[in-house]
Amino acid sequence: MTPIALEGIEPFAPVAADGVLATPWLLLLLPAAGALLLLLTGRRSDGWGPYLATGLCGGAFVWALVLFAALRGEADRSVDVALWSWVPVGGFQVDLGLLLDPLSMVFVLLITGVGTLIHVYSLGYMAHDPRKRQFFAYLNLFVAAMLLLVLGDSYLALYVGWEGVGLASYLLISFYYDRHSAATAAKKAFIANRVGDVGLSLAIMVMFATLGATTFTEVFGAAEEGGLSTGAATAIGLLLLLGACGKSGQFPLHTWLPDAMEGPTPVSALIHAATMVTAGVYLIARSTPLYELAETAALVVSIIGVITLVIGCVIGCAYDDIKKVLAYSTVSQIGYMFLAVGIPGAAAVAILHLVTHGFFKACMFLSAGSVMHGMDDQVDMRRFGALRKEMPVTFACMTAGYLAIVGFPFLSGFYSKDLIIEVAFDQRGARGWIMGTTALVAAGVTAFYMTRLMLMTFFGRRRWTAGVHPHESPASMTGPMVLLAVGAVAGGFLLTRGDAFLEWLTPVLGTEGEVDHLIEPVVVSLLTVVMLVLGAGTAYLLYGRRAVPMSPPVAVSPFTTAARNNLYLDALNEAVLMRPGQYLTRALVFFDRRGIDGAVSGLAAGVGGGSSRLRRVQTGFVRSYALSVFGGATLVLAALVVARAGV
Amino acid sequence: MPVDIESVPVAYSAILPMLLVLGAAAVGVLVEAFVPAARRRVAQVVVALAGLVGGLVAVVALAGEPDRLVVGDAIAIDGPTLFLQGTLCLLGIGAVLLLSESSLDSSGGDIVSSAAALPGTREDLRLAESQGVQTEVYPLAMFALGGMLLFPASNNLILMFIALEVLSLPLYLMAGLARRRRLLSQEAAVKYFLLGAFSSAFFLYGVALLYGYAGTVDLGGVREATLLAQDDDLLLYLGLAMLAVGLLFKVGAVPFQAWTPDVYQGSPTAVTALMASATKVAGFGALLRVLYVGVAEVRWDWRPALWAVAILTMVAGALLAVTQTDVKRMLAYSSVAHTGFLLVGVVTLDTDGLAGTLFYLLTYGFTTIAAFAVVTMVRDSAGEATHLSSWAGLGRRSPLLAGTFALLLFALAGIPLTSGFTAKFAVFQPALDDALPLVVVGVVASAVTAFFYARVVVLMFFTDPAPDGPSVAVPSGFTTAAIALGAAVTVVAGVVPQPLLDLAQSAALFTR
Amino acid sequence: MLDMYLPIVVLFVLAAGFAAFSVGAATITGPKRFNRAKADAYECGISPTPQPMGGGRFPVKFYLTAMLFIVFDIEIIFLYPWAVSFDQLGLFGLVEMTLFIGTVFIAYAYVWRRGGLEWD
Repeated sequence: MTPIALEGIEPFAPVAADGVLATPWLLLLLPAAGALLLLLTGRRSDGWGPYLATGLCGGAFVWALVLFAALRGEADRSVDVALWSWVPVGGFQVDLGLLLDPLSMVFVLLITGVGTLIHVYSLGYMAHDPRKRQFFAYLNLFVAAMLLLVLGDSYLALYVGWEGVGLASYLLISFYYDRHSAATAAKKAFIANRVGDVGLSLAIMVMFATLGATTFTEVFGAAEEGGLSTGAATAIGLLLLLGACGKSGQFPLHTWLPDAMEGPTPVSALIHAATMVTAGVYLIARSTPLYELAETAALVVSIIGVITLVIGCVIGCAYDDIKKVLAYSTVSQIGYMFLAVGIPGAAAVAILHLVTHGFFKACMFLSAGSVMHGMDDQVDMRRFGALRKEMPVTFACMTAGYLAIVGFPFLSGFYSKDLIIEVAFDQRGARGWIMGTTALVAAGVTAFYMTRLMLMTFFGRRRWTAGVHPHESPASMTGPMVLLAVGAVAGGFLLTRGDAFLEWLTPVLGTEGEVDHLIEPVVVSLLTVVMLVLGAGTAYLLYGRRAVPMSPPVAVSPFTTAARNNLYLDALNEAVLMRPGQYLTRALVFFDRRGIDGAVSGLAAGVGGGSSRLRRVQTGFVRSYALSVFGGATLVLAALVVARAGV
Repeated sequence: MPVDIESVPVAYSAILPMLLVLGAAAVGVLVEAFVPAARRRVAQVVVALAGLVGGLVAVVALAGEPDRLVVGDAIAIDGPTLFLQGTLCLLGIGAVLLLSESSLDSSGGDIVSSAAALPGTREDLRLAESQGVQTEVYPLAMFALGGMLLFPASNNLILMFIALEVLSLPLYLMAGLARRRRLLSQEAAVKYFLLGAFSSAFFLYGVALLYGYAGTVDLGGVREATLLAQDDDLLLYLGLAMLAVGLLFKVGAVPFQAWTPDVYQGSPTAVTALMASATKVAGFGALLRVLYVGVAEVRWDWRPALWAVAILTMVAGALLAVTQTDVKRMLAYSSVAHTGFLLVGVVTLDTDGLAGTLFYLLTYGFTTIAAFAVVTMVRDSAGEATHLSSWAGLGRRSPLLAGTFALLLFALAGIPLTSGFTAKFAVFQPALDDALPLVVVGVVASAVTAFFYARVVVLMFFTDPAPDGPSVAVPSGFTTAAIALGAAVTVVAGVVPQPLLDLAQSAALFTR
Repeated sequence: MLDMYLPIVVLFVLAAGFAAFSVGAATITGPKRFNRAKADAYECGISPTPQPMGGGRFPVKFYLTAMLFIVFDIEIIFLYPWAVSFDQLGLFGLVEMTLFIGTVFIAYAYVWRRGGLEWD
């Protein structure tokens, strides 16, 4: 197997930063300070805290823009900022630095930009929540951790950020902790993420064991100079993939993501659609130099992506819960990204889709949140209908997001998804045919369930529950929605002018260079449009022409039942992971009780008992103290004299 | 008969830190004599802080100069001396700040105005409520600190003994000055005095025997005598053992630790903070100098004994702390365990070990002072609420204070990113090569100590508060400043320890 | 090895022996005629009988005065060798001694101002 040759990629050698570029720590500091301040000041900041948090996030965005401008002006677009060197003694050393390069810059802009919009949205959405200060503190915490994740210049720093966003995500999913389902969902997310984290931490350990280093510079340097064997690279690549699957909701660890919709909707938009769940894509894109060495691992990434995108869009057809549909569409879209990021040279395409997806999915989630806001927090689409007149702005935004996600020509999804399908076909042989066709068909299915969502929510008859009075949301909510909608409409067009976006990323991610296409791009575009029309048309026939029943039909095909049951993947996870896990746990508990616990409690009892016994020496009488001093002196004397006697 | 008395040149600039601190103490005495009672307290605080800050500045100014022996080779001005003197000045500032706290206790301070009253008498009850404060505590503290500054700098055993007494005598008195729980406080003072005198006798006897061996009380002279490797050096070992007993008593090593819990518990908490941090720093400074300068050449003969003491100290300190139910006693036993960890650094007897020990002393001192400062703030109607059960649920009532205390406990337990971890690493790492068993015992003992620190944290944050539990008093800026100083050093030395480690490393050379 | 200390040990034994001999001889040979005056303390001090409970409380002023006496007594001990070798020590000795006396004077001033020298 020959190593894959990427064109345009530059050796990973960031230069030391100076001037403005030496200040990316400010990006971390602002939201981190916000989180700290809001949590520490307690109720005192109930009033101004949310505004401060929003302002700080906005400040981080402004600073990101400044950094972006500075980075564009730089010849070396990859700078390293050494922040902190933690050197106890001897050979043990931990350094923390920040890496600002085109890839991390894209993420920083996305995180702070979308993050700021969602902060603003939350001001309206959470206005009446008594715990909104905590909510904003967690949001700020998330932004800080996510920025550390993408800015860290070593796998270790990345890991810290990784755990940080996991924590923020856990806290926010269980924000309504008094709801049983929210608590369970948070637990599920936590455990699925733990499984992934084990992979990531093992990958870091393997790196440390084989290379003695975890910084990107050293790891990639070793990879580029052949210091890393293919076997080790493959092992690291697969372990990183496990981590990425956990965080990004990829098969088979994807089941936590739809459940995570129990969190407040802004959280779903920011964390579980636009940013955090794409961390896995970032991890793999960042590790491009490693995957260059490990073609097998890269292939597995693509395969996982394909499986997930199919699963996501199939299950997306079966749900009536608007947020769950959007969640499964997220799973499926990230599947597209994984598909692309695993194809050598196509990582930049994946990042492009990641950015456009960030816009349109956040837009759709916020619109869904707006719908829920007006419908007393209901999520069942069978209780919606005919909302387009009641909520015109929301409808317009949702439509923009919808058209973007289904790949309507010249909207953002059209550019990015098309490119992914193209690169999927461009792979040689059966691989290209299978992956390309699957991606293409899945685009049609996406069009189907998204059209279904639109029709059930905004068209048809009113199926509202009695007492619900839909109304448009306040400006603080619609404002961000409109901005995101503009991004969803125009983002793809603007980013792909003159291939600016892809060229910006080329020094980091490389391209596959000139290839002769299996199918001409124009044909692919035409085919996707055909699939779009087919999918949307079917949905219209099924849900637009006919009345939507208030309750889901019972007599359905086994296929639908399966989809409604998440394709039995929860059951699969349960059977494959949970049951053996439980048995293992039970066995371990048994062993623990009998063996380890016995030893530990014996030890503890021994310590306690020894302590109590020793305590009796402490009589409180000064005479016995003096005696102990005297006895000790005698012993020391004896010891020295005996040692002296030359034993 | 004409007597030849050699005049010894006194390098005043080199001993300026000590002169300033002791001078401030003398001025403090004059303030007691001549300043009207109403203004004494302010004047004393100003004088004491000025003396300590001046001492600190003088230490910093001396830092660039070459190492040397001054005053007839009796005082060594070298890296360890200056490092420890600087540390002591800073810790002294913290302790003086704590002594100056006036808003925690309803009566205006934790120092009683007339310590000689019999506990339980009407006079005693009146004193507990009176507003009077014994301002003599400031000159006493300054005298003690002056002695502490001299103690690790003494290159001469007689001078070292004088320093020992100068630092001890004021502490005996100060132990008895607690406003609340007078009986415990007086008991502490008497116990500390009796046992301290007892151990001083050992020290002096050791000095006499060493003089008998070497014919001089200069540590350099003792070293030269050991180099001659005479056969009849029983006197050396007897003397060294006696001397070591005196010093090990001061730092609270097992089996000379019995006084620690009683005295720490009975003393006013501000005084306990001074004892636990500064006395330990000074005592270890002197111990290091005796071992490194005086008897390093015969280390193979005394190291086993010190090994045994270190192991005993770590194990007994950690074990005994487990069943304590009083915060101050728990901290006292933890201080015993820390003495054991420090001894690991001491017996290493090389530059790395010395640097680690110096670093440990500094960080431990600050963490301890802040920890005791937190103890002063948790109060009920009878004064400080030191029983652990009354600390339950403190995290709910006062998250900031409980969080700070948790941070300090984590540092004492040696959790990474606090100074405690770096410090333990710094003393254990150099010992790995030739004192592996000590390191193993040290790590196990650390684990045991972590258990009872964690227990307090759990108690504070995960237990429901008692309905009639103590309240957290709002302190004045003094206590806040002391806690902030200690906590800041604890965090900074844990997160970016390198500058401080470098400083300790560059200071880790004794002059002979 | 400890040979050179043998004379000291001998001296200890001799001293102890002399003490025992003197007291013993006086008890054996002396007449035993007690009266009230003989049970009194000699010249000054605490009367030996009858002792109150716990040894009795004694005015602390006695001890204070005694300690002050010792402080100044020791000062004299330092002054004496200085006076003997005044010529050799010269100006240095003068300065040092002034410092020393000044320090002791601080203690004196404190005692004086805080009423340590007043009996009541």
